[in-house]
Amino acid sequence: MVQVKIPTPLRKYTAGAGGVEADGATVGALVDDLERRYPGLKERICDEAGQVRRFVNIFVNGEDIRFLGHLDTALKPGDELSIVPAIAGGR
Amino acid sequence: MLGARAALARPATPAEGPRAVASALALVGNTPLVEIMRVRDGIAPGVRILGKLEGFNPGGSVKDRPALKMIEDGLARGLLVDGKTILDSTSGNTGIALAMVGAALGYPVELVMPGNVSKERKEVVAAFGARVIYSDPLEGSDGAIRLCRKILAEHPERYFKPDQYNNPANTLAHYETTGPEIWRQTEGAVTHFVAAIGTGGTIMGTGRYLKERNPAVQVIAAEPDDAFHGLEGLKHMASSIVPGIFHEEELDRKVGVSTEDAYNMVYRLAREEGLLLGQSSGAAHVVALGIARTLREGTVVVIFPDFGDRYLSTNLWRGWQPPRDALG
Repeated sequence: MVQVKIPTPLRKYTAGAGGVEADGATVGALVDDLERRYPGLKERICDEAGQVRRFVNIFVNGEDIRFLGHLDTALKPGDELSIVPAIAGGR
Repeated sequence: MLGARAALARPATPAEGPRAVASALALVGNTPLVEIMRVRDGIAPGVRILGKLEGFNPGGSVKDRPALKMIEDGLARGLLVDGKTILDSTSGNTGIALAMVGAALGYPVELVMPGNVSKERKEVVAAFGARVIYSDPLEGSDGAIRLCRKILAEHPERYFKPDQYNNPANTLAHYETTGPEIWRQTEGAVTHFVAAIGTGGTIMGTGRYLKERNPAVQVIAAEPDDAFHGLEGLKHMASSIVPGIFHEEELDRKVGVSTEDAYNMVYRLAREEGLLLGQSSGAAHVVALGIARTLREGTVVVIFPDFGDRYLSTNLWRGWQPPRDALG
């Protein structure tokens, strides 16, 4: 299982949980698993073409997946994945 | 090139003004209005769209106005005195503005920012000598607000907290400067005023002034269309700690904008108007265009809160490629 950190604005999909568990050999597979467990979540993270939305950052053990293998980035049990909006709201 | 001649038009007489001012603080406000000539698809010829370029403020954003006003107010009321530090939570431009004003007046500044604010912002604030405390990026600006409250509660005697979300001086800055400038610059012709909401200070203060001058002026807010967004500085009110200075009932309309639409508008304004702006300007212009398309005549004034060079390291520009048809 991979530990997934959920940002505040997406916790409405996880019954308020800031941390959840999900499965997947890659980030893409994990996002699909998140969608099975928490329907509606994937659409917020990925666009219609299935790519990570421009303003969304996904980190695996603190590394941005844009500098790893994007959605093909490999995961192993015990990894920590964070979903972070690129920008904070409210000046 | 269509419109090239109009774009080259210059005022008949050069702007007059003093050759030098006493400090950077005297340069706050009096920002220019620029007519949007190309990114106005589907707009009737009788409708003008004018962008107010707040990036011309000395700290580089609209936030110089409330920062200066809140600190002046704190000094006048004896809340900010020698030995105190200016403390506030901010995701960017207000922090830069407070750091700039603090530096110009000689007061130390400490800022609580979410860890995911842009690299440029962190560096600019540090360059002005302010100390930055980072809050959890997962909690966004509300996390910074909460951490700032905690720091203040532990040592209230050390700090002056301008509290941009609840300080009426924020709204007043715009009532006293932004509103009158727009009225004067349009010679009273403004019919619609559009601004994106962060604290709500700009739209509340400017809107109030303009409606006092002409109750028919329509005041329209742009906001992110969802709690999960990439529009730095803006708040999705329904899911946020609502600022005390924000009074939604004073608005004529509030329009949601997707992050993607706002980003695409930023790219267009840069390539078609020569205006490199931030994402909140993109969001505001999406709404301004939508409003303008419903009009046969009118003057729409839209606030462009800052320039875009502060966002070059962010997802707005990182990895961006020109659209295929623009490559020839």
